Amino acid sequence: MIYDYLYKLTGSEILSMLIQSAIPLFLLVLPFVLVAVWLERKVSAHMQDRLGPMRVGWHGWLQTVADLVKLIQKEDIVAKETDKVLFNIAPVLVFAGSYAAFAAIPLTSAFLGSNIDLGIFFIVAVSGLVVTGILMAGWASNNKYSLLGAMRSAAQIISYEIPTMLVILIVVMITGTLNLRTLSEMQTGYFWNWMIFGGPQFGIDKFILIPLMIIGFLIIYISTLAEVNRTPFDIPEAESELVSGYHTEYSGMKFSMFFLAEYANMFAVSAIVSALFLGGYQSPFGYLGNLLHLPWLIPIEQFGWFVGKGVFFVLVQMWLRWTLPRLRVDQLMAVCWKYLIPIAFADLLIVGLITVI
Amino acid sequence: MAQDSALNTQDLRLKTQGLRTEEMILNMGPQHPSTHGVLRLELQLEGEIITKVIPHIGYLHRCFEKHAEAMTYPQVIPYTDRMDYLASMGNEFGYVIAVEKLLGIEVPQRVEFIRVIMAELQRIASHLVALGTYGADIGAFTPFLFAFRDREKILNLFEITCGARLLYNYIWVGGLSHDLHPNFVKLAKEFIPYFRPKIKEFNELLSFNKIFIDRTADIGILPLETAVNFGISGPMLRGSGFKWDIRKNDPYSVYPKFDFDIPVGKGEMGTVGDSWDRYYVRVLEMEESLKIIEQALEQLPEGDVTSAIPKRIKPPIGQVYARIENPRGELGYFIISNGTLNPFRVKVRAPSFVNLGIMDELCRGHMVADIVAILGSVDIVLGEVDR
Amino acid sequence: MTDFRNLQYLTLTETMREYLSNIWKAFSTILIGMKVTFKHLFVPAVTIQYPDIKLDLPERERNRLYVNMDDCIGCDQCARACPVDCITIETVKALPTEDLGKTSNGKKKALWVTQFDIDLAKCCYCQLCVFPCPTECIYMTNVYEFSEYQRENLLYSYITLTPEEIIEKKNNLAKFEAEKAAKKAAAEVKPPEKKMAEPVVKTSPLPNPPVNNKTNDTQKEKQ
Repeated sequence: MIYDYLYKLTGSEILSMLIQSAIPLFLLVLPFVLVAVWLERKVSAHMQDRLGPMRVGWHGWLQTVADLVKLIQKEDIVAKETDKVLFNIAPVLVFAGSYAAFAAIPLTSAFLGSNIDLGIFFIVAVSGLVVTGILMAGWASNNKYSLLGAMRSAAQIISYEIPTMLVILIVVMITGTLNLRTLSEMQTGYFWNWMIFGGPQFGIDKFILIPLMIIGFLIIYISTLAEVNRTPFDIPEAESELVSGYHTEYSGMKFSMFFLAEYANMFAVSAIVSALFLGGYQSPFGYLGNLLHLPWLIPIEQFGWFVGKGVFFVLVQMWLRWTLPRLRVDQLMAVCWKYLIPIAFADLLIVGLITVI
Repeated sequence: MAQDSALNTQDLRLKTQGLRTEEMILNMGPQHPSTHGVLRLELQLEGEIITKVIPHIGYLHRCFEKHAEAMTYPQVIPYTDRMDYLASMGNEFGYVIAVEKLLGIEVPQRVEFIRVIMAELQRIASHLVALGTYGADIGAFTPFLFAFRDREKILNLFEITCGARLLYNYIWVGGLSHDLHPNFVKLAKEFIPYFRPKIKEFNELLSFNKIFIDRTADIGILPLETAVNFGISGPMLRGSGFKWDIRKNDPYSVYPKFDFDIPVGKGEMGTVGDSWDRYYVRVLEMEESLKIIEQALEQLPEGDVTSAIPKRIKPPIGQVYARIENPRGELGYFIISNGTLNPFRVKVRAPSFVNLGIMDELCRGHMVADIVAILGSVDIVLGEVDR
Repeated sequence: MTDFRNLQYLTLTETMREYLSNIWKAFSTILIGMKVTFKHLFVPAVTIQYPDIKLDLPERERNRLYVNMDDCIGCDQCARACPVDCITIETVKALPTEDLGKTSNGKKKALWVTQFDIDLAKCCYCQLCVFPCPTECIYMTNVYEFSEYQRENLLYSYITLTPEEIIEKKNNLAKFEAEKAAKKAAAEVKPPEKKMAEPVVKTSPLPNPPVNNKTNDTQKEKQ
């Protein structure tokens, strides 16, 4: 819809395509990342009975801008023996992998970056770019510890993609489509039509599915938490462990790319989880636009709900970060392979049986 | 020459082999966020498993024992403060008890009670730092700030009494430098019911958290016999199951008048003597200290705190060894006097110095990521290790 | 081939029970911890925003030293009590004809204080100099914001005499001493009337260990 509108406005295909693809990046993700960094500092401060940034702008909301200005004007230090090409490409890959996921996430019913039928599959595939970016960063730093940290981080991300995929398979089995927009459209109505409550078809299946879907939701939330390297899975970023992370040798703008990519990734996985299980951009109660007979209000409302659900899950991720200690690397792997994957398999089998019967 | 060539070949081997998982020497350098000070740990690794740990100390050596020979007896007290800077009241207490034994003087009862109150408050403050930083090393950042917020209340109590928050110079030979502030008893009585629920909150947030238990249980198991052979004291020894506390086994000051328990490690979450046990013993000790402070505040007698302070301290020729229970273990002072105004020799038996010797035993067979957990449970302060 | 039957030391139900209890314990303790942090979101902050708001310090607070020179009698007790030797005092004896006034608690001053330097970079804020002062003229204030860009600026000098006055006092004293010595030399021309008694030689036992000699007291052996 936005594409048609822009085409009518500009008359050129390329221009309208460019603007349409730039909109989610500049209107949603970048402002969100700026807000998310400030929000994390404020949330962590208030959980610890202190105040957080207060001086730069009202209650410090311009702190991220100040930090970015500081990072931009820093000297770009590149160590001598590094592999220059890989060193420079790595942050770009990580950045691109995180942001590319937004192409297939429906922001509202009127806007979808690219309406491919492969929706979820595309997102998981493109997130794999992040792994190569991290490995490149670790290798090109010419630093023993960065390499170890990068390998651990890569192992972590790859292992935790498996439970993610298994749970996605559960949802796909029930709904029969990979396309996220169709998934969101299927959860229309009120909140009991959401996937986590068994899906839109009313019947005995729905009630049997509820506990299984809740377990699936928890599994995918935990494994996406591990994919974005947040506590309790933040071994690659921890400074109080012996091995420093894969982004130690980066300074200035390149470091800020890793940094921004992490927060964009957080929002992306929160959006995916909410799209799969909690209705995406659908409102739980019906629309104000329907009430007031203003059809153009509905996409805006849906956008609001989308952002609200995404921000809620990001806040829960931050909450977990400031409560829990860190898991050791082997315990991290144990959680994935011994707990999450068997339970996800069992879930998959049971849901498969239910769908067949 | 031979040594040079040996070093060269080792260097060459490491350079050419880089990451091959043979015996690798790794340096957890003097500047590290988790080594609680300037401590250098040289690790010999085989892959991820540690085969040997060699601690290198001396980065904070400030010649305390030599200084003490040039100062008069009262002038040594600011220097004793600065050894274990997180438990200064304890340091002063030990030194003062030693000199009073040499002089053979008795102090008024009020002085004894106030000294015990200060020492126990200091024990709580020191344990809060130990537990907070232990949580921060493991990755939980919030309990660290909660611990420091509660520590502020204790430091405020110290500040209204003697004017300083960390290095007090309060306990003097024969008495105290100031009497208690008029508000002290009231504020201390308010602190006790404020702090009890905080211990519970700390337990909920950190001690019984499954992830924390997984990180610390069955890590760094210290068998009782090894501990006794190494001369370990304090919460490390009690974590291995042995009920040994100098306040009960070799009492000093007015501790026999108070009713308190000695917590020991019972192996609730793993084996007896693992890091969780040592951590939990410290949590329980904070509760016991609250009990002592409560009883001492009830029984506090009146009196003059400066009446027994001698004008010039010139002990007769002799030597004395006095020990107290510092939050980190047994702190002992061995003082030789030669009849002049300056001590001839002041030797300090620092608990952290002795406890640090056990790092090699504890760390063998564990992974690199566990060193931080083990070092945090040993709870060293480099000021005491190096003096 | 490893014998898998011997490896098993837990029955199936025990393993399943441990597995499920691990999951249950993990979830319950994590949720309890999350409840604690959530409650703390609504607790007001315990920190203040320095330097806009500053704390009120208690009255016994021990920060920068201050010397009230009107009360100082130049007795040097504070310099001797300092463990780090950060106080330097020099005095010049006043002539008997000069009147320096009284301190606030009634002592008569008899010395001109020509140098009273405290090196605050060395001071360890231990308060040992405050107690020996007979007139309570040196005390610790609650000023803590006195950082300087140069270390020499932390050498505080408290005297109230100008350099010319110092030279004048020293010259006065030197002149007085010279006159006194001359008078004494004139009086000694008269022959001494009494013979001085023989000095008594005390044999003191050797000190056991080498001693940092600040006193000359004899020592008694204690068995």
